[in-house]
Amino acid sequence: MNAVLINLLYIAASILFIFGIKMLGSADTARKGNRLSSVGMLLAVIATLMYLGLDWWMVVGGILIGGAIGAVAATRVKMTGMPELVALFNGFGGLASLLVGAAEYAKLRDAGVDHYLEMLQAQSGVTVPGWFVLLAIGLTALVGGITFTGSLVAWGKLAGKLPGIPTLFPGQQFVNVALMIAALVGIVLMVSGGDGSLALTAGLVLVVLSLVLGVLITVPIGGGDMPVVIALLNSLSGIAAAMAGFIILNNVLVVAGCLVGASGLILTGIMCKAMNRSIGNVLFSGFGATAQAAGGVTGEMKASSVEDAYFVLEAAQSVVIIPGYGMAVAQAQHAVKELAHILEENGAEVRFAIHPVAGRMPGHMNVLLAEADVPYEQLQEMDQVNPVMPTVDVAIVIGANDVVNPAANDDPSSPIYGMPIINAHEARTVYCLKRGKGAGFSGLENALFFGENTRMLYGDAKATVSALVAEFGK
Amino acid sequence: MELAPLLLLLFAFTLAIFLGFELISKVPSQLHTPLMSGSNAISGITIVGALLALNAMEGPAAKWLGFAAVVFASINVVGGYMVTDRMLAMFKKKDKGGPGA
Repeated sequence: MNAVLINLLYIAASILFIFGIKMLGSADTARKGNRLSSVGMLLAVIATLMYLGLDWWMVVGGILIGGAIGAVAATRVKMTGMPELVALFNGFGGLASLLVGAAEYAKLRDAGVDHYLEMLQAQSGVTVPGWFVLLAIGLTALVGGITFTGSLVAWGKLAGKLPGIPTLFPGQQFVNVALMIAALVGIVLMVSGGDGSLALTAGLVLVVLSLVLGVLITVPIGGGDMPVVIALLNSLSGIAAAMAGFIILNNVLVVAGCLVGASGLILTGIMCKAMNRSIGNVLFSGFGATAQAAGGVTGEMKASSVEDAYFVLEAAQSVVIIPGYGMAVAQAQHAVKELAHILEENGAEVRFAIHPVAGRMPGHMNVLLAEADVPYEQLQEMDQVNPVMPTVDVAIVIGANDVVNPAANDDPSSPIYGMPIINAHEARTVYCLKRGKGAGFSGLENALFFGENTRMLYGDAKATVSALVAEFGK
Repeated sequence: MELAPLLLLLFAFTLAIFLGFELISKVPSQLHTPLMSGSNAISGITIVGALLALNAMEGPAAKWLGFAAVVFASINVVGGYMVTDRMLAMFKKKDKGGPGA
């Protein structure tokens, strides 16, 4: 009876997750969807607590400690620190799945394979062969470990604690492939070794290998490619949970983990498409470390002043603001919102053009601008803005680089050739806010900056925008 | 025949993959971050597995590993849902303010 009730609750939880994810996909229902899915999680936890014989002190202690840490982190984080935090949470999810795998393996060794399978059968009602459980444990460890350290590296890069530039060493791909094969051999040894000591050694080696692999796979990926990687790691954390579900034969883990895995993959695909690159290319090319040869950029960058920019903006009828990672770094979103407001009062039509991979995580710019209270209708996607770009008086590029590089349209030799961009160069006048003269994150010179109609405004983006706002106040 | 329940689980796995693809094939880009962060919270479902490791009968190794798993999964779940809600609250506020402005 108890088991039936538990499983019914698990089904209810799965339904809530499904509706939750569905509703997260549309602006009007997203918040409700997130709450629905959190109710689903609560149901799943309550159902699990109905299993007899749990160690209550550890249950309550663990949930309180983890919940408190999570709550404090979620409440304290600034919106600019959001990408790091999401990466970190994601890593913890992967680590939790890895630990579940390890705990189950410890149980299996304590009890012996046969007795463990009996316990599993008593708990889940499902009979499985030993090799299946061991295979699931191995895969959980592999995916969970990669998710954990991969997310930690992503967190380090996003938080600026690790260099954002791609780090490559000779033969890295060969090493990665070798490690992956070794990990798979480790899984095979675990499966064949059961509760023996060789299998334990193989399991420990497997954990180490998966942790190392997570680092090696993520380290070569440049900051500009972070949205792809974060989406992919998000997917992997779901797959790790699904694999953990196969160890303990629990349907809610399998279903929920799978949903996350699939939705993460979709997001990864959207990000890749926005960069016109394949996932393999993002993961293995070390983009930016190798791509330095930018030919065909001629002319010079023309520096301008805030006063000049003011006169042009003052006369402008339509303005498009194109934010990028630089806006996040300078924390300029509130100043930018103020500038947009003043331009509107001045009679101009103001739009924000958001590239899908602007920033360091999917939707990064939208979150920042939402925090600054920029009205939703003003945020437009690339496809909406590009057709009207030639009619725009002034395009203001704030800390964006590759996503406005016209070389992607017309220079087949450019490494980013073919990537869809926001056609800022088609506006009558372009102002580019940039910290210094150097090439951008990818190491590419940007043809836009050398354009005939482009003026550069060097300096901190927030200071520059605030100075512009002040000019309007005079 | 004994394997039938296991096959059902694999069946659920396969269906869930397709369901996941169908559910969010089109997401407006302003929702990419909350979607990711919200689905990340769901991946904390592994907390169920972690809790099940905390059986009072188990040896210390299994229990402490399970305990650590509960802690990290709880961070993922609680933090993930709260941070997503915070983000979506900002989107909400703007929707009300937008038409009036």
